[in-house]
Amino acid sequence: MSEVQTVPVTLRVNGEEKRILVEPRKLLSDTLREDCHLTGTHVGCEHGVCGACTVLVDGRPMRSCLLYAVQMAGRAITTIEGVSSDGQLTPVQQALHEAHGLQCGFCTPGIVLTMEAWLAENPAPSEAEIRDALSGNLCRCTGYHNIVVAIAEAAARLRQAKAGE
Amino acid sequence: MKPARFSYEAPTTVAGALAALAARGDEAKIIAGGQSLAPMLNMRLAQPGHLIDINGLAELEAIRVEANHLVIGALTRHAELTRHGLVKECAPMLAHAASTIGHYAIRQRGTIGGSLAHADPAAQLPMVALALDASMEIACAEGRRLVPAAEFFVSIFTTALQPDELLTAVHIPLPVSHKDRREGWGFRLFARRAGDFALVLVACRLVETGGRIACPRLAIGGIGPTPVRAEDAVTPGTGDSKWIACAAGGVAAAAGIEENERISGEFRRELLAACTKDALGDAMERLR
Repeated sequence: MSEVQTVPVTLRVNGEEKRILVEPRKLLSDTLREDCHLTGTHVGCEHGVCGACTVLVDGRPMRSCLLYAVQMAGRAITTIEGVSSDGQLTPVQQALHEAHGLQCGFCTPGIVLTMEAWLAENPAPSEAEIRDALSGNLCRCTGYHNIVVAIAEAAARLRQAKAGE
Repeated sequence: MKPARFSYEAPTTVAGALAALAARGDEAKIIAGGQSLAPMLNMRLAQPGHLIDINGLAELEAIRVEANHLVIGALTRHAELTRHGLVKECAPMLAHAASTIGHYAIRQRGTIGGSLAHADPAAQLPMVALALDASMEIACAEGRRLVPAAEFFVSIFTTALQPDELLTAVHIPLPVSHKDRREGWGFRLFARRAGDFALVLVACRLVETGGRIACPRLAIGGIGPTPVRAEDAVTPGTGDSKWIACAAGGVAAAAGIEENERISGEFRRELLAACTKDALGDAMERLR
């Protein structure tokens, strides 16, 4: 077993640069929570199944438990804390709020970040497509129904907003 | 669920990655997308002393057509396979199969080279590589070599890759279509939940010449240590529903299915018959 060795890495999280020292084995999810003090990224299964720790890396949703912080030099990371910049909820967040698409809220940050990217790529999804996309985020409270309703509503609002531009 | 300690380096060229492999020997492991490796590291099922991260190897990201082949860089993400114009045009089965891997977030990070080198017997891409007669481009210090899919997958999680070698690209022959020859493809899998590894997967290619349907390739995944070819079980015929049912029954009856304690061989043989029937039906629909 080698000795504990840390390496410097500069993370860019929600537009802010942070220089930290990490062991190469440190998960991005743990680094966000412990070194960046951004505890909105939730840690569930730690092997890529539950989706709770999903963040955006260069705009793409990825499991932060399957990334090591040392790999993230030069990447732009967005966590739930950075998804909205002006204090307003995003359409996805607003629709989840209105449709009671969350109860305990543990899975919600992962769902929001996944859907922000997915709706940009799939602006007019069917209910079946929404359910398929949601299959990567486990929720043990809602039974998913209200999340599906919320995502459909968010999609409709995003389409309206785009049409009005 | 935290990995054992490892040291880390991130070369920026293939030559640099090969030098790192040569220097580190067996203690090193290549990490690409890490969507299979990172869970194994986190659960300490794998404990390599050193990780060589190839995500910075921009030269492995290109997708191009070269000498009647579609050449896909090993670092191409599954999500890119699903939407890239050349992949959709030249290897639509691959684009579709990639869209069924894991979940949306997994597909943003996982790579074609990683999936092939990992060689999970229930994974989509090894079986598709076999069905499409793909060859793996492998780099080592002495140069590059091409290994056909049929020789690349050696056993469960085991490939023809040597410890000092790196998978750099996948070469897929372009389909040959003209007015007297139409080709169609089918891809089906059965998994109990969306995103789970499949219990059985089937990929096939059908060719119509002069009104007669032949099956030059049919590959099966999930039934043994590697994906296997099974087109020999399909006799050329009319392509109607009776022929499809007969062909699917023949494929399922002839398949060597490994017993496993969780899912009975009998159930998987039934799944294989159903997936083969659907895949052949899809291929007939897609003849063009």
